[in-house]
Amino acid sequence: MISRGKLYACVLPAFAVVALFLMWELVVLLFKLPRYILPAPTAVWASLVKWHAAIWFHAVQTLYTTLVGFGVAVAFGLVLGWLVGYSALVYKALYPLLIGFNSIPKVAIVPVLVIWFGIGTVPAVLTAFLISFFPIVVNVATGLATLEPELQDVLRSLGAGRFQIFRKVGLPRTLPYFFASLKVAVTLAFVGSVISETVASNRGVGYLMIAASSRFDVPLVFAGLLVIAGLGVLLYIAFGVLEARLTSWAYRR
Amino acid sequence: MRHGRPATGNDPGECVVEFKGVSLRYAYRGKSTHALDGVDLAVRRGEFVAVVGPSGCGKTTLLKLISGLLLPAQGEVVVGGGPVRGPLKVVGMAFQNPTLLPWRTTLGNVLLPLEIVEPHRTRYRRDRCSYVEAAQQLLHSVRLEGFADRHPWQLSGGMQQRASLCRALVHEPEILLLDEPFGALDAFTREELWLVLQDLWLARRCTVILVTHDLREAIFLADTVYVMSKRPGRIVSQTEVGFSRPRTLEGCFTPEFLEMFRAIRKQIGDVRDAMGKEDV
Repeated sequence: MISRGKLYACVLPAFAVVALFLMWELVVLLFKLPRYILPAPTAVWASLVKWHAAIWFHAVQTLYTTLVGFGVAVAFGLVLGWLVGYSALVYKALYPLLIGFNSIPKVAIVPVLVIWFGIGTVPAVLTAFLISFFPIVVNVATGLATLEPELQDVLRSLGAGRFQIFRKVGLPRTLPYFFASLKVAVTLAFVGSVISETVASNRGVGYLMIAASSRFDVPLVFAGLLVIAGLGVLLYIAFGVLEARLTSWAYRR
Repeated sequence: MRHGRPATGNDPGECVVEFKGVSLRYAYRGKSTHALDGVDLAVRRGEFVAVVGPSGCGKTTLLKLISGLLLPAQGEVVVGGGPVRGPLKVVGMAFQNPTLLPWRTTLGNVLLPLEIVEPHRTRYRRDRCSYVEAAQQLLHSVRLEGFADRHPWQLSGGMQQRASLCRALVHEPEILLLDEPFGALDAFTREELWLVLQDLWLARRCTVILVTHDLREAIFLADTVYVMSKRPGRIVSQTEVGFSRPRTLEGCFTPEFLEMFRAIRKQIGDVRDAMGKEDV
């Protein structure tokens, strides 16, 4: 028996998506927009079907670079987040640097990466990493830094050392923060890899879209956008499920 | 978890906790607070001591000094024969808030000290079954047996506080420190937990130091009631409560109980008046 709330949770998003596409289609029909300005969803769909082999090839590449970059970001972000949250000294030392680094538009870094590593997979992975590690660091550090002193006292009164307090209280306490950041970070990682692919690659959805737009094949550009959006949603959901499984206590389920 | 405290070498008059002229100041943002001033206190082994006083009088500081979370600026705190230099494993502590870890079940929370305090820590993995059984028995003794697998937010405030008591006791500490553990509960739940605590203490006979602002609670539970003054905290009176155990809630309404309540209350009132005049 599915509860009413769960049913709504499945049906409503689908309804919203369908409504958006319907409106889109209507607008295109009503204003008789040419397909090189705004293709109708049906035209995008047709393009998706027509080019599915090429799209699949490039989507796999983008997914691959995104996930590798994201994986590195998770490992790096966790460790750095713990360090920054664990020690007020590291926090003070690194925070301005992190903020400054995060303020740099990553698209400006891609040319440098190309000079260093050439075009293709490596700059895409690195851009995905660079853009997605920051929210992980901030969230994990916040989770640690806002640890209740009362909980620490419980362990300190038992004679626990700093590392034990970290392991028994700090680490579990940061998990909800960590998973919340993963959902954001994974969508950012897509932004990173696609940016890099549009600038410097001959593979990936980013490249596919640039190539298509130079041929004024706007439906294919939109097909690429839809694929990226779809992949982003899928990964977001995957990490949402993981989060609910591992940190159900934080959501009181 | 049968509690045959080793009888050898424990002369009943022996002091397990002793304060010798202890003073402490807190410094916070350039402002210093005189929390304790020349506190002398001696607690015998197996004694149930209650410390009452107005809020902010340094009662919690007193407990933190015993548990080693704080160190005195002047004087000496002696626990189990030696001066306190840091947290001690012979001490179990329950706080005003239950402070259960929200990601652990009730049982997991009760087991926590065993993962930290030696010698249990090294034995924990090997003897997990027996430890779990001991913790379950403890939960049973406070009537939480059906709630071992629940998370803290699924328990009522009184239940959380009972779990917190179990956690403070699971590593069989010789000294149990209670920092207003029932302060946030309603009157009925509080009285219920007095009885729970009394039963636990009668079964184990560990040394208990209870800090509270509830005078009735202090007289009901303790062998000795100390009254503390307002800040800077000082011990201003000591009253032996001789009522037989187990005590009952009806006992709170006997003339003897009420007479003692009135007498100690008057002392607290006198202290407040005296302090008030000094302030003027």
